[in-house]
Amino acid sequence: MNIFAAIGRTTLGLLREIGRLSAFTVDAVSSFVRPPIYWSLVGKQIMRIGFFSLPVVGLTAFFTGGVLALQIYIGASRYGAEQFVPTVVLVGILRELGPVIAGLMVAGRVAAAIAAELGTMRVTEQIDALTTLATRPVKYLVVPRLMAAIITMPLLVAVADAIGVFGGYIASTQSLGFTGAIYLNNTMNALTNEDIISGLIKAAVFGFIIALLGCYHGFHSKGGAQGVGAATTNAVVTSSILILAANYILTNIFNFFNF
Amino acid sequence: MARTASTAKVELKGVKKRFGSKVVLDGLDIAIPAGQSLVVIGGSGTGKSVMIKCVLGILRPEAGEIYVDGKEVTHLRGRARDAMLRKFGMLFQGAALFDSMCVWENVAFGLIQGRGVGRKKAREIAFETLAKVGLGPEVGQLYPAELSGGMQKRVGLARAIAADPEIIFFDEPTTGLDPIMADVINNLIVDTRGSGTTTLSITHDLVSARKIADRIAMLYKGKIIWEGPTAEIDHSGNPYVDQFIHGRAEGPIKMEVRG
Repeated sequence: MNIFAAIGRTTLGLLREIGRLSAFTVDAVSSFVRPPIYWSLVGKQIMRIGFFSLPVVGLTAFFTGGVLALQIYIGASRYGAEQFVPTVVLVGILRELGPVIAGLMVAGRVAAAIAAELGTMRVTEQIDALTTLATRPVKYLVVPRLMAAIITMPLLVAVADAIGVFGGYIASTQSLGFTGAIYLNNTMNALTNEDIISGLIKAAVFGFIIALLGCYHGFHSKGGAQGVGAATTNAVVTSSILILAANYILTNIFNFFNF
Repeated sequence: MARTASTAKVELKGVKKRFGSKVVLDGLDIAIPAGQSLVVIGGSGTGKSVMIKCVLGILRPEAGEIYVDGKEVTHLRGRARDAMLRKFGMLFQGAALFDSMCVWENVAFGLIQGRGVGRKKAREIAFETLAKVGLGPEVGQLYPAELSGGMQKRVGLARAIAADPEIIFFDEPTTGLDPIMADVINNLIVDTRGSGTTTLSITHDLVSARKIADRIAMLYKGKIIWEGPTAEIDHSGNPYVDQFIHGRAEGPIKMEVRG
């Protein structure tokens, strides 16, 4: 096998995929500002993406906050800095782990569900049927999901933040011997608007990534059940990777502006 | 300025479409006169469905022109295409019903979303249309997964005709149905033409073609190789048509085992 041909084919395939995703993104985003907007579908998707993700996001946030407190305590105690546990838990949850853990959990749950649903609609010609009924599929299927994800992810992360900090509080008071009132006092003293807002901005971006990639892979699925399965896997994998990459970029941007 | 063609209701001129290296439509020329029923026959994979999808804008041809009511629509986009699509109804091979909606919502979809008819009025029309295709009001509340294949086809037909379109496309309307149900569907298709509707059907079911067609055309290797009145198909003098309508393995058409 010619290695140069293989590299060329892979590169062309990658560029084609990036081009197709870019065109899909432009189409979806430009549809935001063009009527009609299907508000009832946005409401339905807010329930499916946001409300029904609350249990899984809440549980993971609780345990993440608890483990974070236990691990920070191990490191901090080596330098006699145990009093910083509440602050580090707070900053870690609000700025990083809250949005990232919620993002990854929602990516696993929602991106997969969107890709499977739209993928099935694609292979059974339901998306083509929408076109023949004078309804633009991107407006009807993609825009409501994007809007719902952008609206609900910050709300989900706000809840995840509160539960995560509470998890840290429970672990610290039950296992590490912290006094509840002092822990809460230290937490409240360390709390800044920037910590909260930066996490919520990340959440909105992650919501956009999750819904966009779920829709994109579903929209472009081919074949039958195997194609839908591949679309679902690709949606979860690519959205998870992009969430982590976007988190790194956003953190750098916030650091650059001292935010 | 839009160019104009002849007075045919729908006309394709020199339409070319390929997928990768596979040429599907190779300079296709075909016209559907207003108020007539044209049936296009041809083997599997000869591009019959692709032809319909090109007219509806689901696929974009690489070359050629498509006219509807004498106006070129090949590159129409946005609202202009939506307006053009309101002239069409389409029955898909697998019915392509929206599985998240009940039967009456499927039938009313084009009225509500595509034409802005109120939900209550659209519901009334949906039930009237279901009655036309022989389905009682109790079926209206069921979901597509609860219906047999024949009932799904009838619901698909009801959805296609609910908005009283000027042109209806039928993609393999009798495929997968038993002979009696196939005849029921054929009768319903013949009935839809009472009001002067123009229809284009694609099928490889010759019994169905003879029953519903005014004219029959045969598509082979991306081109129309024969077209004439239904009564003349048995005396076409075309060896490809003869082989196809008699279902002979031997003849000029060689079965391709690879796409």
